[in-house]
Amino acid sequence: MLNRRDFLKTAGAIAAGSALSGCAGMGRAGGGHVVVVGGGYGGATTAKYLRMWSKGAVQVTLVERNPQFVSCPISNLVIGGVKQMQDITLGYDKLRSTWGVNVVTDEVTAIDPARKTVATARSGTLTYDRLVLSPGIDFIPGAVAGLDGNQDRIPHAWKAGPQTVLLRQQLTAMKDGGVYAIQIPKAPYRCPPGPYERACVVANYLRAAKPKSKILVLDANPEIQSKKALFTKAFDSYKGMIEYRPNSELHAVDAATLTAELEFDKIKADVLNVIPPMRAGNIATTAGLPLINSRWVDIDWLSYEAKGVPGVHVLGDALFPAPTMPKSGHMANQHAKVAAAAILNLLAGEAPNPTPVVMNTCYSFVDGKNVIHVASVHQYDAEKKQPMPVPGAGGVSLAANEIEGKAALAWAQNIWADMLA
Amino acid sequence: MKLTTLFAMLCLIGGQGAAVAADPNLARNLAAGCANCHGTNGKSLGGIESLAGKPKEELLQKIADFKSGAKPATIMHQIAKGYTDEQLDLIAGYYATQE
Repeated sequence: MLNRRDFLKTAGAIAAGSALSGCAGMGRAGGGHVVVVGGGYGGATTAKYLRMWSKGAVQVTLVERNPQFVSCPISNLVIGGVKQMQDITLGYDKLRSTWGVNVVTDEVTAIDPARKTVATARSGTLTYDRLVLSPGIDFIPGAVAGLDGNQDRIPHAWKAGPQTVLLRQQLTAMKDGGVYAIQIPKAPYRCPPGPYERACVVANYLRAAKPKSKILVLDANPEIQSKKALFTKAFDSYKGMIEYRPNSELHAVDAATLTAELEFDKIKADVLNVIPPMRAGNIATTAGLPLINSRWVDIDWLSYEAKGVPGVHVLGDALFPAPTMPKSGHMANQHAKVAAAAILNLLAGEAPNPTPVVMNTCYSFVDGKNVIHVASVHQYDAEKKQPMPVPGAGGVSLAANEIEGKAALAWAQNIWADMLA
Repeated sequence: MKLTTLFAMLCLIGGQGAAVAADPNLARNLAAGCANCHGTNGKSLGGIESLAGKPKEELLQKIADFKSGAKPATIMHQIAKGYTDEQLDLIAGYYATQE
């Protein structure tokens, strides 16, 4: 096996007799300034790894609108009353103090890939050598009649923060015997198992606190989108409290009466939780990046640059997914490391790593303690020019279990540290 | 160092065959994929095993046992099968050198 020392020794010997311009990883990182937009699982990880791997040679500015990070993973436990907001809220302090990232709390209003500038609401214009957009998702305006502007009545709670608190408050205020309805958009959407996990942990809460209540899972998809057999079993364990209704696409809502209008049915709920149809985060859609289906960013899977927009790297939930690749925080963190490595190579005048690998782990709670997982590994396929799932690898839990309940919480602590500490 | 490896490097430095030549930071890049659960550079905060500083042979044996089923696992038997032996060798080698 060729180790780094051998490589340097040999490369040095060759360089002595030739016009070597410098190999990736061979020495000083090229320097430069990278602006990262979005401080979630993708963006924060990119910022840290750019600083760590360049040993501080590359300057990094991270622009994030929220002063603190609130995690979507584990937020269903807040909604289910098992965890508190403080358990899923972390600061950006260590990204600043330990890693020297310039974290700017601000809103990006526009990007100009030709001039390599980013306009912000309050901090003026930033210039970059390379730009990273990790904008997550935004909801498509007008997708559900009557929904826009009514998120205080009909929460989505699909971005963790005040919406998480609101949905929890609505559930705690709901009468025993009330109906909680959660509506799921067609795939692809952020966090495939998330809605089903939410139904389970809300059932776990209601079973103890308001046992006459009912949960309706209104799924626009024809079947459960992740861990189907395991979630079906979990739903059954709540003995009739959870009713799953496939092919339940949402056409309209009435915010005054909390009514969901499906194609053939109208459902009145006491707590109505609609996860609206979504697309790449607004900065990606308004920046004029080429989108697939007008929703998702198309990238080069080696450099993570948006197709046709050199110098602008996009990652996380905003991407048009490769086959079987989920939109998850874990996957965004993996994208971030591939993108960070590619950016450092490109800044040094080298090609990105031609053989990147990403993998995913999603843990879902089916009650306060027991967890099921789905995992996958995706190797870059040079012919298909995208990551492909490795056949025979990955899979799901045999059954819900407490060991993985502990692993899920340890996963959260470790990935939060991997991105922020 | 093997002659074939040297040849591959000459191709890389000569600007040819870059599509097949490995990235010099491949071990680091691959190992970073484990950090979500096992901690940055293999230093876990707890609840999941730290990999930093573990002997390479020990790590490779564990992975082999996960793959074969000799060592029971909740998830690692499924993840281990997604990587080639060469990739696992690089990953284990990287973590063995972390303090």
